[in-house]
Amino acid sequence: MTESQRPLRILVAKPGLDGHDRGAKIIARALRDAGFEVIYTGLHQTPEMIVAAALQEDVDAVGMSIMSGAHMTLFPAVTDLMKQKQMDDVVVFGGGIIPQDDVPRLKEHGIAEVFLPGTATQAVVDWIRAHVHPRAAAA
Amino acid sequence: MSSSTKLQDPRGAARGVTPAAPERAGEPVYDREALARVLAEREAWTAGELAAALARMPRRKERFETDSGIPIPDVLDPASRREEDFRRDLGYPGRYPFTRGPQPTMYRGRLWTMRQFAGFGSPEDTNRRFKYLLQHGMTGLSTAFDMPALMGYDCDHPMSRGEVGKEGVAVSSLRDMEVLFDGIPLGEVTTSMTINASAVVALAMYVAVAERQGVPRERLGGTLQADMLKEYIAQKEWIVPPRPAVRIVCDMIEFCAREMPRWNPVSVSGYHIREAGATAVQELAFTLADGIEYVQQCVERGLAVDDFAPRLSFFFDVHNDFFEEVAKFRAARRIWARTMKERFGAKRKESLLLRTHAQTAGVSLTAQQPYNNVVRTALQAFAAVLGGTQSLHTNSLDETYALPTEEAVTIALRTQQIIGFESGADRVADPLAGSYYVEYLTDEVERRALEHIRRIDEMGGMIRAVEEGYPQREIAESAYRFQQEVERGERTIVGVNRFRTEGDEGSGIPTLRIDEAVARAQQERLAAVKRSRSPAGVAEALQRVERACREGGNVVPPVIEAVKAYATLGEVCDVFRKVFGTYREDGRF
Repeated sequence: MTESQRPLRILVAKPGLDGHDRGAKIIARALRDAGFEVIYTGLHQTPEMIVAAALQEDVDAVGMSIMSGAHMTLFPAVTDLMKQKQMDDVVVFGGGIIPQDDVPRLKEHGIAEVFLPGTATQAVVDWIRAHVHPRAAAA
Repeated sequence: MSSSTKLQDPRGAARGVTPAAPERAGEPVYDREALARVLAEREAWTAGELAAALARMPRRKERFETDSGIPIPDVLDPASRREEDFRRDLGYPGRYPFTRGPQPTMYRGRLWTMRQFAGFGSPEDTNRRFKYLLQHGMTGLSTAFDMPALMGYDCDHPMSRGEVGKEGVAVSSLRDMEVLFDGIPLGEVTTSMTINASAVVALAMYVAVAERQGVPRERLGGTLQADMLKEYIAQKEWIVPPRPAVRIVCDMIEFCAREMPRWNPVSVSGYHIREAGATAVQELAFTLADGIEYVQQCVERGLAVDDFAPRLSFFFDVHNDFFEEVAKFRAARRIWARTMKERFGAKRKESLLLRTHAQTAGVSLTAQQPYNNVVRTALQAFAAVLGGTQSLHTNSLDETYALPTEEAVTIALRTQQIIGFESGADRVADPLAGSYYVEYLTDEVERRALEHIRRIDEMGGMIRAVEEGYPQREIAESAYRFQQEVERGERTIVGVNRFRTEGDEGSGIPTLRIDEAVARAQQERLAAVKRSRSPAGVAEALQRVERACREGGNVVPPVIEAVKAYATLGEVCDVFRKVFGTYREDGRF
């Protein structure tokens, strides 16, 4: 299999303390059904844990779901850590209970896309196909 | 479904082991000749008018069913309950099996408690919101704690980053709780506290604050959620593994049975189970199975069932399928009454009747066209009222974005007041009783819920079922199925997958924001508390908590002493972590 044909590897993560994992699990399943390789972190992850998992699993993208209102702290904490670790080519996206006004600010922090309530899982799949590409093999 | 649909006979199917099927007692409500005439007329209608109508225009769908998948026939009539024994299954409000309501007068005596969940930011912020809501006619307080408090962390813990005061009020020590209830007479209002894994700390703090107000604990009225089983099933806010967690819940039940006779120590909660994706039937089944497990555990530790069962309360979601939701409340009361009587041998009437709080379905609200949420909430609230709830929270239209603004929460409260004072729903108990459809659904919801409960019994009870992941798997399946049905257009969500308006993503509605300054101020207050307390006194109090945990004594009294010594919520929960270990769920999806 050539590099460009391998399935995308996506980490689905639940940062912070909220236990509402319905959305994360539905997305994880929909992405798997769409043919991606999906790793789900489970609940109550710190930004450090998420970045460590992304590194260890060598993923192409990280999708985070949050509804506790901590997104403005925790999403940027993840992208900042990834920058520190030269993981700039990992695409980070998010979703959850997020006010629309926060979306531009999150994008400034390197969150490539934010999916708001009511988004169809197919829309997320389509977006990933258009915007996420397999990373070059690690040296 | 074909036009010659046979109505399912709800009495014919096997009942669950909980409770045992009662023997048919009496004569049918309708006499045989009258029933025969009805049946003949139904057959004539089916072959005549219905067949003709279907020939002109077929049904819009092959199959009509409730949100839980209960098939719905073309029509229901008196013959659909031909074996009905009115006295056995329905009877009268305030009388066994309480299908029609726990009190004889229902809302003619007193309306349900309008209890809006509130809590955000600092204790000062929430104290102001409490006073605002009390001035606007709310009749009971309901406290939302922030994620760190719910998970047993203080506001200065690294896990609390970004979460302090966001989803509820920040409480780390008794000092916060003193501010939260400042100027609110705890001997007069009742307070509900939505907290589970760290509930024993919240209970202890409430008792301590009340004592400082001069209100003895036996006068305190209110409800603690403290339903740990549903945390592992759905809401996923936990500290220690299920068995010790349930043990602490039972400690609270035992303590309140002895010392706080007006307090509901547990609100067995289906709300979160439903929000996580369960159907109405699954919600009912898993909630009642959780309740059964708590009763079983308390009985096994030697408590007499009638000493604690009267103070158990319940909490259900109310979703969009109006009639199924009404049926759910009615079936819940019937199953619980029979279970308590037949399985646990409860004698007191108060042990048999199921009292419930209800909340409209947060998950049903849409970010698109947010004002539609007012309508959804009103319909759901009306179903809860027709179902006979004792207490109700209506969601605010902006909750798909953030915690509600004052304006949004006022509309939500007004919705309840309009139902209570203008709709006439308060004028008779159980207004939908005898509706052929509602009675059919009540029977079906009951029968299907009992099937789940029997499976859980066969697994060895709910703790075991949770450890095996049974309810978690069932719920995840239902959630995924629901989402797929929405995406395939088999389910309509107005404004989301049909009737969309371009450009309407809900922007422009005001949302509440919690500033990070709240976290800093809370951390400063916590630091001041730690400076002013006696370290030796705290250490000694925490040791007593640890000893109770290890030796099996009731943990509530030493936790009360610990919070009075200003041991923090995180410090008490650290004792639990140390003794019982922490819980992690595997990352299956």
